[in-house]
Amino acid sequence: MKPFTYQRAGDMSSAVATVAERPEASFLAGGTNLVDLMKMEVLTPELLVDVRHLVSHQIQDLPGGGLRIGAGVSNSELAADRRVRRGYPMLSQAILAGASYQLRNLATVGGNFLQRTRCMYFRDVTMPCNKREPGTGCSARDGQQRDLAILGASKLCVATHPSDMAVAMAALDAVVHTVGPAGERTVPVNRLYRSPSDGPERDTVLDRGELITAVEIPAAPIAARSRYRKVRDRASYAFALVSVAAAIEVGDGAVSGVRIALGGVAHRPWRATTAERELFGMPATEESFRAAAEAELAAAWPLPGNAFKVPLARNTVVGMLRALTEEAR
Amino acid sequence: MSGRGAVGAPLDRVEGHLKVRGAATYANEWPVENPAYLYPLLSTIASGRVTGVDASAATAEPGVLGVLTHLNAPKLAWPNDPEVAALQSGEVAFHGQFVGAVVAESIEIARYAAGLVTLEYEKRPVDVDMRADRDDLLKPQHAAIFGSQPGDLQDGSSADSAVGDFEAGMDSAIHTLDATYSTPIQHHHPLEPHTAIAVWTDDEITLYCSSQGVHLHRTLLANAFGIDASRIRVISPHVGGAFGSKVFPVTWATLAFMGAQLVPGRPVKFALTRQQMFTLVGHRPATIQRIRLGADADGRLVALGHDVVQETARAKQYAEQTVAASRLMYAAPHRRTTTRIATLDLPVPTIMRGPGEATGMFALESAMDEFAVSMGMDPIEFRVLNEPAVHPESGLPFSSRHLVTCLREGSRRFGWEHRAPATPARSENGWLIGTGVASSTYPSPRLPGNTATIRVGADGRHTVRIAAADIGTGTWTTLAQIAAEALDVAVEDVTLQIGDTDHPLASSAGFSSGINCWGTTIHAAAGELRAALNENGGAVPDEGLEVTTDIPDNPYIAQYAMYSFGAQFAEVRVHEDTGEVRVPRLLGVFDVGRVINPKTARSQLLGGMTQGLSMALHEAAAIDPRYGHVVNNDLGGYHFAANADVGSIEVHCLEERDPYVNPMGSKGAGEVCIVGTAAAIANAVCHATGIRVRDLPITLDKLLR
Ligand SMILES: Cc1cc2nc3c(=O)[nH]c(=O)nc-3n(C[C@H](O)[C@H](O)[C@H](O)COP(=O)(O)OP(=O)(O)OC[C@H]3O[C@@H](n4cnc5c(N)ncnc54)[C@H](O)[C@@H]3O)c2cc1C
Repeated sequence: MKPFTYQRAGDMSSAVATVAERPEASFLAGGTNLVDLMKMEVLTPELLVDVRHLVSHQIQDLPGGGLRIGAGVSNSELAADRRVRRGYPMLSQAILAGASYQLRNLATVGGNFLQRTRCMYFRDVTMPCNKREPGTGCSARDGQQRDLAILGASKLCVATHPSDMAVAMAALDAVVHTVGPAGERTVPVNRLYRSPSDGPERDTVLDRGELITAVEIPAAPIAARSRYRKVRDRASYAFALVSVAAAIEVGDGAVSGVRIALGGVAHRPWRATTAERELFGMPATEESFRAAAEAELAAAWPLPGNAFKVPLARNTVVGMLRALTEEAR
Repeated sequence: MSGRGAVGAPLDRVEGHLKVRGAATYANEWPVENPAYLYPLLSTIASGRVTGVDASAATAEPGVLGVLTHLNAPKLAWPNDPEVAALQSGEVAFHGQFVGAVVAESIEIARYAAGLVTLEYEKRPVDVDMRADRDDLLKPQHAAIFGSQPGDLQDGSSADSAVGDFEAGMDSAIHTLDATYSTPIQHHHPLEPHTAIAVWTDDEITLYCSSQGVHLHRTLLANAFGIDASRIRVISPHVGGAFGSKVFPVTWATLAFMGAQLVPGRPVKFALTRQQMFTLVGHRPATIQRIRLGADADGRLVALGHDVVQETARAKQYAEQTVAASRLMYAAPHRRTTTRIATLDLPVPTIMRGPGEATGMFALESAMDEFAVSMGMDPIEFRVLNEPAVHPESGLPFSSRHLVTCLREGSRRFGWEHRAPATPARSENGWLIGTGVASSTYPSPRLPGNTATIRVGADGRHTVRIAAADIGTGTWTTLAQIAAEALDVAVEDVTLQIGDTDHPLASSAGFSSGINCWGTTIHAAAGELRAALNENGGAVPDEGLEVTTDIPDNPYIAQYAMYSFGAQFAEVRVHEDTGEVRVPRLLGVFDVGRVINPKTARSQLLGGMTQGLSMALHEAAAIDPRYGHVVNNDLGGYHFAANADVGSIEVHCLEERDPYVNPMGSKGAGEVCIVGTAAAIANAVCHATGIRVRDLPITLDKLLR
């Protein structure tokens, strides 16, 4: 671990300016991901700018429905919030399926979005990795493949994004609010993460020094009966092999609304737009669910060591939609 | 006060109050003045040689006291054992081997400076290809480590065995089975990592370390450094788990010694990180096992064959008794076992709870289940039918063997009679439900090298000294109970002293032999003390009375085969969509002789079954064949059972007393419990799904449809 300086930022604009100007500076929130990576020297910031106290810790109702969640809200608080549990159960379930109590108490919403991949080749500084050291190559693709992506990957990088929370946020069309050197802006979660073919060293479209201040989830009546299902190698305390956030509305036996997002399969929370399109207006049957899941996964490009994720993702999506429709009857 | 009832009482751990208050001193916590800290450098290649070292940046860093590499490390008197010696040459035999260390004023500086040392390597091709059809497999010649007998395997037994004519037996069989099973590398991760504080002065070298046997550690280090053992004191009263990893691999203690030599008189602290433990504290070696069974028309075994290929390290040969249980579990006139090793560029394997038996019985007990099912027999009745009257290879009678009672009693308690004969047994809310059974066994050996001293003072207090270890097993309590009974005094009147080389010689905690060896020695010393007291007219002289006794020979060892037994039952659920496996219920019935303390025994048995569950479902190193490294080298990547994976576990012990193993009537209990668990779960998974998983761990991808 390299020595570093710690700074508690006085206000948001100076925090943004400091990190924007200094390539060796980094924001610090709960530290549950960043500090781990510093210990392994995967990341070696020389200056940590603590922003946890600067960004909002509040969850507020939006005028037209929906919620505005401060970037400093802890994962635990967000999962426990009554409005979230009632209106967006998939979000609460997704968070509770991740990490542990202690970690969720420290981890923030902003940090959760920006946590780095768990790819073991990224986390091992002795291994080539385009995400850690651009141009060195990807050692994961021909290595241990169990945790790697099946969708949207590139020859440059096959890492997955590990967040559970972000999968639910993607299904809910959440929008991230930021303040950066160029001012404030909003970025939909579904456009936050960059394709690895554009250079895997940058996970997101955010600029250097751009601070997440909040995330907004729009009103979504469909989400009131939603679910998150995480399939992993043990019953708790493991990252997803495949996870699914889903909600479905059925009118007169036909699908009148549906949200599906997958985790553990891509460099970003994977909004299953193809499956959603396929399902809309179709009879709410096992056959439709299966056809839709297969349509989504037709683009999958699995490796020998993670090919099982294709049927696993299919079965999990079908099982979720089946359970949700049965529950509604 | 009398000692009647001391043995068999469910006493709380005598040191329990210290542990829950955080007042039990573990190795890294000894209050030492002004310690320096050591942080190691690990090789980043799996095979080759260090050709260049640049430590200038590290040495220049303020607070750095010294940098050790093979260029400047002390030359050892005994440099050839890679589980003891470190930094004796630039040779690299596995990824993650010690190639250097930094000693500094703080752990932070040491760790940072370690990153500033640059090493150059000459690489050789990496070979970690574990296959049973390699053309360079060897018959092992692992020097017998325990006991005095020579042998091929680490328990002193032979690599191969044959009775009758195996091939002819197979040819004559009506029913046959030929199946191959595999088990992966599994890693040691006791709660307390391997840690040492070493203090080197001209007179004495003190080592506080986490140890399964302080005398063995002292001997290994004295030999390595070429110094008289009497100059070294090893102290280890409390150990936060060990499971075999704190017996032989001591390179970490060697490094602490070298660090301490750099700063004489100053304590040097060294604790391995979790990541470093993956390569430096030994592991359970991977196996590929072929089982062949032949039976007559009634299901009576006529032939039993078990052929094992086990992975070992290029740096040091390690070969374990994977075939051992197949030699004794079931009767069959024609039998053979073989053991071969594949020598790979991997870290050195070592003993891990149930070494050999745990992996071997996964294969044998899975095969027994498959075979029973294929013949349309109940798996319990099939085992009972093939229960041997005597040890099938040696012909010796068993000192006690209640396997059938364990199976019957377990069957009754588990509700086996309600088991659906067909697959899938049952389905509930998308989960397929099945049940399975397997047998367990583990030997009860007596090891030499045990001496106990008992002193009684005029106040009637008895002080019992033997350098035994409590690795979480309950030794502090159970040895006091044994002493109290043998001395016929209350447990409160016994003061036990263990875990320090200032106490008399004791064998290491391992081989399920602790109670047997240390307890027998204490029992013998107690008998002598009582005789001496009688000579003195029953009164304690003013100056007290003291006796010292070695472990007595057991004449029955040549006459009886001595083993613990058990039967384990599992209920599993397998998700129809995802293949996820859950184990809501495990039940074990054990024949471990007389139970010294039902509470600590239960913890042992329950812990072993939990570890067996973890072996069944989770634990496996992922080795990258290109680099030869453990890819999943942290506890986020290397999974073992979490709380949520463990459901109800029931443990029962038969109320039996073994007449021959030792004077207490007990047999080993620490390892029999991990033997068979994985097979019981695999058998239940097959009952639930119809899918036979022969390669551990049983992960969901193997059950997906
Ligand atoms: C053992 C373990 C198990 C875990 N299991 C799971 C799991 O199962 N599922 C899961 O989803 N997650 C899991 N996690 C990850 C955990 O959710 C993240 O570590 C956590 O959410 C990160 O939040 P943080 O506030 O601690 O971020 P930090 O570590 O402080 O920061 C992470 C990154 O975000 C940046 N950052 C932080 N806040 C902001 C902001 N407001 N604006 C801009 N940049 C910012 C930092 O600069 C840094 O690059 C696990 C972590 C551990 C250690």
